[in-house]
Amino acid sequence: MAVSAAMLFPAGDTMNRDLLQQFRAIVGERGLLSSPEELHTYECDGLTNFRVMPLAVLLPANTEQVQGIVRICHRERIPFVARGSGTGLSGGALPVENGIVISLARMNRILEVELANARVVVEAGVINLEVTSRVQPGEYFYAPDPSSQSVCSIGGNVAENSGGAHCLKYGFTTTHVLGLEVVLPDGSLAHFGGKTLDSPGYDLAGVFVGSEGTLGIATKAILRIVKRPECIRTLLAAFADTNEAGAAVSDVIAAGMLPAAIEMMDNLAIQAAEAAVHANYPDCGALLLVELDGPIAEVEALMQSVATICEKNAAWEIRVAQTDAERSLVWKGRKAAFAAMGRISPNYIVQDGVIPRTALPQVMSEITRLSGETGLRVANVFHAGDGNLHPLVLYDRHVAGQEEAAEALSYRILELCLAAGGSITGEHGVGEDKKRMMSQMFSEPDLTTMQRVRCAFDPLQLSNPTKIFPTPRMCGEKPGEYVPHPLESAGIAERF
Amino acid sequence: MLKISAIEEKLRAAAGSQILRPATASESVCGMQPQFVAEPENEEQLASVMACANEAGVAVIPRGGGTKLDWGNPPKKAELILSTARLNQVLEHAWADLTVTVQAGCTVQALQNTLAQHGQRLACDCLWPERSTIGGLLSTNDSGALRLRFGALRDLIIGITLALPDGTLASSGGKVVKNVAGYDLPKLATGALGTLGVVTRAVFRIHPVPHTAKTLSFSAQNFHAMQQHIHSIQDSKLAHTALQIRCGSEGQPTADILFEATEAGIQAQESRLRTLLPSTRTENPDESVWKARQELWSSADAAVILKISVLPAGIAKLAGDLSQIADSQKLQWQMVVQATGIGTLRLAGDADRLSASVEQLRAKVEGGSGSLVILHRPNGLASLDSWGNPGDALPLMLAVKQQLDPRSTLNPGRFVGGI
Repeated sequence: MAVSAAMLFPAGDTMNRDLLQQFRAIVGERGLLSSPEELHTYECDGLTNFRVMPLAVLLPANTEQVQGIVRICHRERIPFVARGSGTGLSGGALPVENGIVISLARMNRILEVELANARVVVEAGVINLEVTSRVQPGEYFYAPDPSSQSVCSIGGNVAENSGGAHCLKYGFTTTHVLGLEVVLPDGSLAHFGGKTLDSPGYDLAGVFVGSEGTLGIATKAILRIVKRPECIRTLLAAFADTNEAGAAVSDVIAAGMLPAAIEMMDNLAIQAAEAAVHANYPDCGALLLVELDGPIAEVEALMQSVATICEKNAAWEIRVAQTDAERSLVWKGRKAAFAAMGRISPNYIVQDGVIPRTALPQVMSEITRLSGETGLRVANVFHAGDGNLHPLVLYDRHVAGQEEAAEALSYRILELCLAAGGSITGEHGVGEDKKRMMSQMFSEPDLTTMQRVRCAFDPLQLSNPTKIFPTPRMCGEKPGEYVPHPLESAGIAERF
Repeated sequence: MLKISAIEEKLRAAAGSQILRPATASESVCGMQPQFVAEPENEEQLASVMACANEAGVAVIPRGGGTKLDWGNPPKKAELILSTARLNQVLEHAWADLTVTVQAGCTVQALQNTLAQHGQRLACDCLWPERSTIGGLLSTNDSGALRLRFGALRDLIIGITLALPDGTLASSGGKVVKNVAGYDLPKLATGALGTLGVVTRAVFRIHPVPHTAKTLSFSAQNFHAMQQHIHSIQDSKLAHTALQIRCGSEGQPTADILFEATEAGIQAQESRLRTLLPSTRTENPDESVWKARQELWSSADAAVILKISVLPAGIAKLAGDLSQIADSQKLQWQMVVQATGIGTLRLAGDADRLSASVEQLRAKVEGGSGSLVILHRPNGLASLDSWGNPGDALPLMLAVKQQLDPRSTLNPGRFVGGI
């Protein structure tokens, strides 16, 4: 049996001075953080209820430096966690005990823009929205639009297979990543996919996107960009409750339309968004936001049908945002919805379950029942077109027992999603947060098979080792020649 | 054959004798004659046959409709054909959720017929849909003109169940379109040519059949002019569904564009297209132009058929290189290339010249970061590698193969780098 990192690095230990020196030689003084004050910033990502202090944070400036760092980690058996902007909501960038964090933030150059081929090549630390800003003059955009797009990085999007409101029509990050440069967990470099489609061999880019940092570190990505549609129209419809709004969504889909986005917010979410950004939403039980894009003649014809469908399902107010300013205000309210919860509750937990859209009424009524039972309010923000629920469980951590009750309720909601035939995560990832739910979604052979794939990439399990899987699996191959750990040699730790 | 007869007993025991029969001469694979064909009735049976063959060291060739069984390199060994013919059911068409769960042996057309009952379709116009099965389609990653709008199979598949060589039945993905839990093994299996596991079922996102569709065609004087037309269209705000170029040794290059929308939307786009290409005459061709790719297989003369992938802006250069090589080697060629940069090429003529031309063309295409894969070859060209350069990820691909099929039971030698 292999020796775990935690055995080698007893908790709370600081990093061996010689190792720090080796890392410093690669990234320079500015690229290495090791004092407790500096490290605090990195002890969690967007999921703040899990915190682990890393031994050091390294900020490489290029691929060669990433390779150099990972080679040392591989030689010394030091686990590492790659980090983009740290906006993830499942603890994907949460450091692991006695490991280091490798931040890609300094690798933030857009390397190539080829409008004629609709391709952009970026380093992993480039911010999502900067890709669109760069190609905007040619009227192109980068389609995946997570709510955090003004701060989150492409490398993080690749790790999480980030979605966003518009993935209903345009697809997820995986659809838009054509190729990757990856530093594998032994420090070697490999290229997956490419600028052209269907490179011969296994679709390793397809496997890597969404692997949550467990298969290596992406250092560059070849992205596909999309031409801006001729027009975009956003309709806002107010309903008495989520069932009526949900029925309207079903009718839109049944009519054969594929909107760019369909979003729903319930009354509590609307109140919070209003309080935070004054989006001028109608005060209603459920708000539906339908966005259509494409050629003007097409969009206008279809928008009329959407309005008719909403009326038929008892919408009592329908507005169409006409100008870009109106549209952006409508979206501002939606995209700010999570953060806006601070206006109506001291604390909240956001979940990310997915259900077949048709199960919405049944799952909603169960959520309402559970909310009543526990006395905890639940606000709901949905990507309604694809059944991705974001229930926000509101609580006050200063009230004894409420945090635990809120956590329990959020996991109960994921169980409802699974019972309805859905998934525990639509876009936030499993990370640390939901790995305990994986055995409820997948059978043991399913999980074992995924871990066999993992063993092909990372036989020593050094790359974000504690995430996704509820129980780690040894890779069963020869561990290679035994190399004593420096701490072990120094007598600080010993092998059991 | 001694080994086979020794394990025949075990295979029969694993899955029942009614599913095992001797292979006929017409069931040879690239000239190799397998001994047996197993046609399991369910996933569990298929997995037990798989495990039994794996344990006995019998090479397994998975087979769906058998339409693309000659794709890839000839196998090093071919002893047992594992057919999905009896796993042919559409298990669940969740039409209101726009998803479908289907067994691997269901033909694409049978699936489309079921989906059409609710005005829906799998947005993939593959080769020979009447005979191609879902499992074979996925394993070969076939795609047609609709890919421009709807993406490849990798973008349509949302869940998969695989029978691994050790008999494990493993699922990944799920039944909802949006799902990031666990590794995306549906993508790993798509295009893996059955070398990692046998697909037993798949879940897809599906799309509504459009209200109205219209195809327009136009020609250009030469490849360069055609490339400019294609760029104007791709760089415009038209919302076309497909755009392909048909070209060859003879005649002008011709492009076909497909619009799928409301009547009003189509009219508006048609007039927009005329504005974009002012001096070009457009025609209304027969819908059969979208079968042009499939027709490359129809003539009987000695030819190679290649899948070539280049950058969208590199199509004219590809056609230019091709003309030059074909002219100098006195070969005839016909190509159907999509605006995505993926082309299907038929190159006909003398076998020795074909071989040299394919290698020259591959060098040109790979030099421009593209790829050239041989789909079909006449006898006498067996030594050409189907795949070309797999790049620096090959060691990792070998490691993935080693993890899932360590004894190289499935399709040995047929995939990249000897996998």
